[in-house]
Amino acid sequence: MTIVTTDLGRIAKSFAAAAPNADYWTLRLVDGRSEALAVRDEVAEPASLDQSRGAMLTVVSGAGVGYAASSDLSPAGLRAAFDRALTAAGLHARLGLFDARLHPRSSLRAEYRSPVAEPWDAQSLEQKLSLLFDACIGLDIDRRIVERIAWMGHHRSDELLVTSDGGRIEQRFDFVHSGLAATAHAGGQTQTRRGGGADLPAQGGLERVAAGRLLEDAERVASEAIALVEAPECPSGRGDLLLLPSQMALQIHESIGHPLELDRILGDERNYAGLSFVTPDMFGTYRYGSSLLNVTFDPRVPGELASYAADDDGTPAKRVHLIRDGILERPLGGALSQRRAGLTGTANARACGWHRPPIDRMANINLEPNEEGLDELIGRVERGVLMDTNRSWSIDDSRNKFQFGCEWGRLIEDGELRGLVRNPGYRGVSARFWRSLDGVGGRETVEVRGVRNCGKGEPNQSVYVGHASPPCLFRDVEIFGGGR
Amino acid sequence: MSTTDHAQRFFALAERLNGQLQGAEVLFAGLDLESSDFVRFNQNRVRQAGGVQSAGLSLTLIEDERQVEGSCELTGDGDADLALARDLLARLRERLPLVPDDPYLNVSNVPAESETVLPADLPPAGEAVARVTELADGLDLVGIWASGDIAEGLASSLGHRHWHQSTSFNLDWSCYLDRDKAVKGAWSGFAWDPSELAGRIDRQRECLAVMARPERTVEPGRYRAFLAPAAMQELIDMLGWGGFGLRDHRTRQTPLRALADHEVELHPGVTLSEEHGRGLAPRFTPEGFWLPERVPLIDRGRFGNCLVDARSAREYDESVNAALDSPQSAALAAGDLAADEILARLGSGLYIGNLWYGNWSDRNACRVTGMTRFGSFWVENGELAAPLAVMRFDDSLYGLLGDRLEALTRERELILSADTYDGRSTDSVLLPGALISGLDLAL
Repeated sequence: MTIVTTDLGRIAKSFAAAAPNADYWTLRLVDGRSEALAVRDEVAEPASLDQSRGAMLTVVSGAGVGYAASSDLSPAGLRAAFDRALTAAGLHARLGLFDARLHPRSSLRAEYRSPVAEPWDAQSLEQKLSLLFDACIGLDIDRRIVERIAWMGHHRSDELLVTSDGGRIEQRFDFVHSGLAATAHAGGQTQTRRGGGADLPAQGGLERVAAGRLLEDAERVASEAIALVEAPECPSGRGDLLLLPSQMALQIHESIGHPLELDRILGDERNYAGLSFVTPDMFGTYRYGSSLLNVTFDPRVPGELASYAADDDGTPAKRVHLIRDGILERPLGGALSQRRAGLTGTANARACGWHRPPIDRMANINLEPNEEGLDELIGRVERGVLMDTNRSWSIDDSRNKFQFGCEWGRLIEDGELRGLVRNPGYRGVSARFWRSLDGVGGRETVEVRGVRNCGKGEPNQSVYVGHASPPCLFRDVEIFGGGR
Repeated sequence: MSTTDHAQRFFALAERLNGQLQGAEVLFAGLDLESSDFVRFNQNRVRQAGGVQSAGLSLTLIEDERQVEGSCELTGDGDADLALARDLLARLRERLPLVPDDPYLNVSNVPAESETVLPADLPPAGEAVARVTELADGLDLVGIWASGDIAEGLASSLGHRHWHQSTSFNLDWSCYLDRDKAVKGAWSGFAWDPSELAGRIDRQRECLAVMARPERTVEPGRYRAFLAPAAMQELIDMLGWGGFGLRDHRTRQTPLRALADHEVELHPGVTLSEEHGRGLAPRFTPEGFWLPERVPLIDRGRFGNCLVDARSAREYDESVNAALDSPQSAALAAGDLAADEILARLGSGLYIGNLWYGNWSDRNACRVTGMTRFGSFWVENGELAAPLAVMRFDDSLYGLLGDRLEALTRERELILSADTYDGRSTDSVLLPGALISGLDLAL
């Protein structure tokens, strides 16, 4: 089976046949194609069609490792990139933090293809724009709605990794994403509500637009935006917090995913993304959360944002527990970080494109279900707030003190859902927050979601990561609303 | 390859594409070029070394009131690039009849030309990196060296020909004492002078000596505070996130709605401008408009002007004054607080070197949350007393830059962005420090 374009295969074959001498090299070819469409207040934004094709060469020579990225894929262009990578490897050999002989080698041969039921091209440009116009019109329910946007887009990334040890990994990723945003304004208050798949990103084809209910969701989204401007502020104080899966994705992301990244723990990210309150001695013994907390690294969930066969170092991907029954088991660290730290990790050395080297990233970081239904979780709350859909996120450089804001809040009193509140937010400390986990929804309540803007690294990289979770109940959390 | 070579090759490519146009078609072509060395540090050693060479071509094809956009990566080979560009143009031409008229289509019909070249005197990356590790010997230095050429070009079938190129370096680093105890350094520009770096690292060593003292943990509450220019950058960046875009104002989403509606005023010392004339970022927009020297955003505490990109200009019938709806070259006017008076005027409170991870708590109230980070200290009776345990603030900019702003410093810092998400950024800010009578800490 050939997954990537024959053109990429030919380039790789040509390079490999005449590759210069080095202890080890990898060539990662990426051909990314994107299309973005949006309609705002019944006016189509300029339709865009983007392609980015290039190569990342990594060369290990003696004690050094270096990389060079180039959009020149000709034999001469790749040879020149190889030479630049070799020069960088020489710098690393002289001044490097570690001996590059630790660098992982791969001879893996593997393939992966996103599950696609209905290809993006199965509908014409006119059909897609027509759908977006209809959705945008569907948001136009009241004069208090001051802006309406409907969008959809497709990104395909064909990736071919070949190595001097005979490794060859072909992967094709397809992502289709849609969304709606309605902004309402009244009485000095502005509120935006999103939906239509906006917080439901995944791999796949046009079936993702149907899953996001782009057209059907318009009236709900607009109605909820209006309801929010009219709602009272979320009350401030300590109380129980019930987070739905959309907000759980962000909570997992910021206060479990990032702290467990092994390159943070090793200090690589201290100047930019930060370090971690987690230290190497904690693995195997540290109580991260209550016994209800079970978190997995699972890059094989069909359709989840960061499912793949192997990472960008060529390490095969498999499901492992990061936290089991509340106890921290292993970090998110690729093969190189594992060797540097002397810890067992995961297949998560990932790059955001051909122009960046792999670093430790999240992939699919999922919170495993327990047994309760949503109604049962609500029923156990005497006084608290249900929150959904992240709109604000901030956390300290050790990934401890966080503050998150949501679009949507509902009071819970005496085990029943009550009125809507606006500007709901909460803050806490990761090291304590997860120990207050007192309820985890059952398998039928799990939703597969993720984030598309996970930023990290020097130079900077933004990647997609998946998060599946049921709703979760936390006790005694600091909750607040808006206003000065 | 010389600057002239890059520009001439791009303009030649654009000319050949213009020759392919049919009927009333109009073509705008843009180029984003980068040749960068990136070297990461950890523990004052090289963590990851490499480089990136890229050349992104963007095309906007227009006919009557319709437009479509596309981009591809060029290879550097003339014939291959012409084939890539022709293929992209053909695909855009196929799509053009399928999109509706765009009432907000807005390009400059006035042909214009410009060329800006900011040269530099830089050593090879390896030489600079070796010097950094030598000067920081004994320190736990972590960060990144970025250097090389970046260029943006614009050519249109209407006659626009613009080129903006710079060669620069950006060393963004921090020196750690233990866990999250660190001081930040940033040095960037066009001329590499190791003695300048040596001075900066020496000052970091002095700060680290204070950082070694037992840390001071403060309870949530309101504290007097001095925000160094790098900390002010986080607040000004927040203002730029939705604060000035014309569309954000007309759709009532701006966090500065109450300021724009004259319901509140900031301190009269707050005068904020977008200084397009600074020259680090291109003065032309992708649509061919030439930007004014300066756009007053806040004038003596009162809202001034919105930033108007080409699309919003057409929609709301205003003049274009920005390429984007957020500032790229913001400048806050200086005050009268002398550098040697800062600690005495602060008295007892927080000296905050950097704020980090800002986000809106409530846009309606212009309320921001974020964290203290590098180089933050507790000050006692005008003296740096102890490192500050990281704290979360949650406060309204209407207060921090309003009735709680006591003074701005006389000296300002020019800070070049180290951002590299979309290639090496050309953004910069010119900011003073600020003395605040009360900053609300929440956690």
